[in-house]
Amino acid sequence: MSEPVKKAPAEVGSVTGIYNEHAEWSTNLGDATIHAKRMPGRFRTLKYITESFWLIFFFGAYLRWNGKQALLLDVNNRQFHIFNLTILPQDIWMVSLLLLLLAMTLFAVTSVASRVFCGYFCFQTAWVDLFTWIEGKIEGNPNKRQKLDAAPWNADKIRRKVFKHLIWLLISLFTGISFTIWFVDAFAYWHDLVNLNLSLMEIATLIAFTLGTYLLAGFMREQACLWLCPYARIQAVMADSQTILPAYDVARGEPRGKLRNAGKTVAQQGDCIDCFQCVQVCPTGVDIRDGQQLGCITCGLCLDACDSVMDKIGRPRGLIRYASLDELEGRPVHKLYQHPRTWVYVSILLMALGGIIYGLNHLGTLTLRVEPERQPLFVRMSDGSIQNKYTFKVLNKTDNDLSVIVKTEGGIKGQQLIGSETPKLIAHGRASSFTIFVKAPEENIQKEITPIEFRVENADNPGMAAEYTTKFTAPAR
Amino acid sequence: MSDNHNSAGGVPTTGHVWDDDLADYINQPPKWWMLGLTASALWVVIYWIMYPAIPIAINGTFFQGVGLPGSGKWTAIKELAEDQKVLDDVRGKWESKLKDMTPAAILADADLSEYVTRSGKVLFADNCAACHGQNGVGTEQKGAKFAVREQGLMAPRLNDDDWLYGGKVDTIYETVAGGRQGMMVAHKDSLTAQQIDDVAHYVKAMSEEGGKDKADADSAVAAGKKVFAESDCTACHGADAKGIQAMGSANLTDKIWRFDGSLEGIKQTITYGVNSGDANARVAIMPQWLKKDEQGHVVSKLDEVSIKKLAVYVYKFGGGQKEDAPAAVVAEAPAATPAAK
Repeated sequence: MSEPVKKAPAEVGSVTGIYNEHAEWSTNLGDATIHAKRMPGRFRTLKYITESFWLIFFFGAYLRWNGKQALLLDVNNRQFHIFNLTILPQDIWMVSLLLLLLAMTLFAVTSVASRVFCGYFCFQTAWVDLFTWIEGKIEGNPNKRQKLDAAPWNADKIRRKVFKHLIWLLISLFTGISFTIWFVDAFAYWHDLVNLNLSLMEIATLIAFTLGTYLLAGFMREQACLWLCPYARIQAVMADSQTILPAYDVARGEPRGKLRNAGKTVAQQGDCIDCFQCVQVCPTGVDIRDGQQLGCITCGLCLDACDSVMDKIGRPRGLIRYASLDELEGRPVHKLYQHPRTWVYVSILLMALGGIIYGLNHLGTLTLRVEPERQPLFVRMSDGSIQNKYTFKVLNKTDNDLSVIVKTEGGIKGQQLIGSETPKLIAHGRASSFTIFVKAPEENIQKEITPIEFRVENADNPGMAAEYTTKFTAPAR
Repeated sequence: MSDNHNSAGGVPTTGHVWDDDLADYINQPPKWWMLGLTASALWVVIYWIMYPAIPIAINGTFFQGVGLPGSGKWTAIKELAEDQKVLDDVRGKWESKLKDMTPAAILADADLSEYVTRSGKVLFADNCAACHGQNGVGTEQKGAKFAVREQGLMAPRLNDDDWLYGGKVDTIYETVAGGRQGMMVAHKDSLTAQQIDDVAHYVKAMSEEGGKDKADADSAVAAGKKVFAESDCTACHGADAKGIQAMGSANLTDKIWRFDGSLEGIKQTITYGVNSGDANARVAIMPQWLKKDEQGHVVSKLDEVSIKKLAVYVYKFGGGQKEDAPAAVVAEAPAATPAAK
């Protein structure tokens, strides 16, 4: 790994400093596979807990609710089912707010504690962690793995490698299946899968996700974070000197040097004993002592490694710790609520959340649109009355077919509603259309255009209703 | 910037040098790229044969086209036919029912009536709208472009509730299938000019509010009423002047005018008649849309199913007459189904 970097303090951050540093930049291009060491510790445990969040991804789709899949993103039929809620394309604006909410949550968390998502929740991190754990079980510790990679092919190597890739592929396949069943009925999908009776789209999705998981978690690993991930590229703009992130305390650690004299450090020497444990546990292969950098996903594993070494040599923990740049450089440390950037993100987040809560509370069950006929706008009937024609479109968002009756509010005195004699059947989950005529005596018509409100209500439950205001057109007067 | 960091390093150049130090390398494109190019060129030839690209598609020869693997012998016409078959299959479940149903039965079936309205709209626009106007609004003929006998509607409005021959859906079907010819004799020889003028005043008054009472006040109307009762008007239009649908005579008491409803227009109609053979007579001819040969094969442009669709479509313009009771006022609307009698 890279040698410790010695920077002339005057050059750090200056333009010449950047060019002088250039020679020191080492770029991890994935030429050598990183075999990171696994060490127990606080952050390792935390990571296992947060990564188990993805069990929801694997098993959430099997949850049933009222005999149907509780969470189903039924793209084929253009409706999302979330327990009792059915979200139709008309409510899709909420998805944009949901995306905004997720983005702002990510931003706010990043501004407070940097790449928490990357280090603890990201599927790439989680799957790579699982894949390398399996690799460790089959091929041994990192040293053994490096030796095995370098060793010539023999029966043992072939056996271990084939076994490992087989397990990886099985997990990838299960990942592909688990992804697909969020979009189709989970049990029906398994039935079709076992009978090799999947649709083309289902097969394509399964293959794409199986291969994608296998390649990304098995081979791409940290290279996906470095060169593929868009968030890794933009996250730096959300962090500032108040953001806490795993950082090496340069003042305390430098000058670094080997541990000598049975646990006693030489005078003038910093706490860092240059043991490289922090580098060896790093899943992306960076040296945290070089400072915050693109490759660091802030997973905290180097904190565990360093703390365990500090315990052994009898020095206080926290040579590498969650700290802000302000703290490390001796500037006043602000409280969390004194961080304006976070407030901006949180306020946008709350607005998005408010919009979604409003939307979910106003989903409604019936939606009504009424289109007045445009040609002709009105018809004079044989008794001299004026008739208007209206096309009703009623969207039934409930899970049952409904009968609705049509009523009017306002309009012309003595108007007749034609076509509403019988309740209209509205099939569930889609918009039904029917025609209603309104006939009004001409002597009662005051204006060329009179507002008229239509109301459709469930014949069995008048509280379930929808209104729409449109116009009644008569000859110019 | 003058330092040349990228020396040619043994790569041959074209020999041209610009601006002292710019030279063209002769670098071969990468191998994968050249392979792709060659494969594309080969594919062009294969594709050219598989989808026959030259018009010598002779059955039994190679150039008939071998089609893509698994697709049989592909032609654009076949693909069109397959696409149309998909459409026909979708429509099939409705179309097969329509054949044996009466228009009234189709209208009563919500699903079918919705379906025929969609295709009825297209049929109407293609065949009917030229005279009856888009959506049946009628085509008004007005002004100097038209002769006096042509003034007024070219063909009846279809979205009001005034029907010369009846507005029930089965009657509309009969009208479309069999056609109609209006008939009103010319009265220029049987009535004097004064009588025609009087009766025209009376007919116009009947369509106005309280028109019949005007007979007491207005001498022309009173005289017209007398002429109407004593001459042959009632024979066709009925004693109450409400028309007789069996013979297609107009209801003279409502607000709807088949022809020009002005005093001049009414006089024109009475004087020269409708389809009476007179050069100045009004013309009112609905063509016969269903024609069959001796074997009973349909030879007309429209067949029975199309005309059924049109009948339902026209009925639903808004003026169609139910089999029995008229629409109820909504305030006291009994939610009863329209009883089929």
